[in-house]
Amino acid sequence: MPGTPGNLNLIEMALTNERIQQQLTEKFGDIVFGFEESYGLLSFEAAKENNLKVLQFLNDDAELGFRFLTDLCAVNYPDQAGRELAVVYHLHNLAENVRLRFKVFTDIQAPDVFTASKLFSSANWMERETYDFFGVNFVGHPNLKRILNVDEMDYFPMRKEFPLEDQTRVDKDDEMFGRG
Amino acid sequence: MTEHHQHIKLPEGSIEKQTTTLNVGPTHPATHGVFQNIMELDGERIVSTESTVGYIHRAFEKIAERRPLYQITPLTDRLNYCSSPINNMGWHLTCEKLLNVKTPKRVDYLRVIIMELARIADHLICNSIVGVDAGAYTGFLYVMQYRELIYEIYEEVCGSRLTTNIGRIGGFERNFSNTAFTKLEKFLKEYPSVLKEFENLFTRNRIFMDRTMGTGAISAERAMNYGFTGPNLRAAGVDYDVRVHAPYSSYEDFDFSIPVGKTGDNYDRFLVRNEEMWQSLGIIQQAYQKIQAFKGEEAEVYHANVPEYYLPEKEDVYTKMEALIWHFKIIMGEVDMPKGEVYHSVEGANGELGFYLISDGGRAPFRLHFRRPCFIYYQAYPELVTGGMLSDAIVTMSSLNLIAGEMDA
Repeated sequence: MPGTPGNLNLIEMALTNERIQQQLTEKFGDIVFGFEESYGLLSFEAAKENNLKVLQFLNDDAELGFRFLTDLCAVNYPDQAGRELAVVYHLHNLAENVRLRFKVFTDIQAPDVFTASKLFSSANWMERETYDFFGVNFVGHPNLKRILNVDEMDYFPMRKEFPLEDQTRVDKDDEMFGRG
Repeated sequence: MTEHHQHIKLPEGSIEKQTTTLNVGPTHPATHGVFQNIMELDGERIVSTESTVGYIHRAFEKIAERRPLYQITPLTDRLNYCSSPINNMGWHLTCEKLLNVKTPKRVDYLRVIIMELARIADHLICNSIVGVDAGAYTGFLYVMQYRELIYEIYEEVCGSRLTTNIGRIGGFERNFSNTAFTKLEKFLKEYPSVLKEFENLFTRNRIFMDRTMGTGAISAERAMNYGFTGPNLRAAGVDYDVRVHAPYSSYEDFDFSIPVGKTGDNYDRFLVRNEEMWQSLGIIQQAYQKIQAFKGEEAEVYHANVPEYYLPEKEDVYTKMEALIWHFKIIMGEVDMPKGEVYHSVEGANGELGFYLISDGGRAPFRLHFRRPCFIYYQAYPELVTGGMLSDAIVTMSSLNLIAGEMDA
């Protein structure tokens, strides 16, 4: 009802980025870190061992209610030793209409991250895609195999170690391409 | 299995199989795109199904890591090619968010017109294909004329029809011609009666209702867990629409409603799309009125004033120093973009189309990820069709609006 104190209270309790950060640090302390806001979107990190704990809390908490997994993908940072691969979750609280970005980093030598597919059915294929292109091994995934690339492929093509062909190369036989 | 299957005496050592394996796709008239379903059938009932995608994967995300922003637009065309203008606009809006470019109101409204035309074209295809798969070909042939008219409007604006590459960062490459507006008026005048007739063919058609009601249904909760967005989610009863939740391109200036369904079945999906076409029509009308209200110089604006990113007109390049410099800088890739990470999404015709762009300050993205709605919700297909009839599974497939180009990126 407009004008009542209850309503005012609701406005104060709106799910702002500060409020989310406060809730998360209250619950997890140092486990969650690296909070930043870019273009209005709250982003934070956790160690990869804790990804499910954080996702589950974001999902279950009555106030936070991030129950919609918008997107899941990986990013390769070849220069960050020990943190070469990032798995990025974009979550959405549809009722409050707030989004956030959650990242876990992993060593490229042991790219094991727990699967979120038990929590979100939508994560199933998105994790397969992430495995297919970056080689992130989602531990506990029901069917972790390649999805867009051919099964016989033995490398992970979206990693930065596979650059695209240099467009100025001259060693190609143009005649083979009808341009001779 | 039960006893009565055992009366056939099979030769010693043969493997008895109670079910039939059927390959639907990868190239099959019923899939309307290149993807495969391996179905186990007990008679005509589906016991299980496994989907295979990826036949037309073209590594857009990888290619994008070598390209300047404006050269990525043609890649987005080839995602959901039934409504490529929405993809193009979504991409421009993402870039504009990263580059902090503000577009003038007239540009926003012109974009809204193009995006809503694209939505109509896309829904038109989807709904009429649902009709075709349920055995009604007429509607499909009839409405094609009006998709053609929409394509002619695209053609007037950008020169191409299917893979449109429409617009630029900051606006459009040229102003809408008078012919474009004339064709738009023709569309606004004639389309309502066509849509009404199309609706009459299906909405209360006994055969169509029997084929679509109760088939391919999903609950709101499951739909959300499966990452459904767009009309498919709304048909299940969740009123999530990016145009309302996170308005872009001045959608907040328009008056429209979001239709929602209840059961999440094929019939509700059809109805939601149908109503969305009416709503889109209303939005286009409002946008056209707003555009006509601009006077003087404002009525000629078709791009933002951002010389760093917007290619100047060719005539200016030959006659003006400034324009020549900017042209050179943009083409030679001397304009770097700011560092940052953005996620931006638009309401694509089949769901939330998102762009996750990471820039490390160079001229090409460090990483670009497309959130492709139908890749995400197609996972639910086995759950939707298992236990149902094969013929219903075909209708379910088309009513989900699956576009292979988008699925495979």
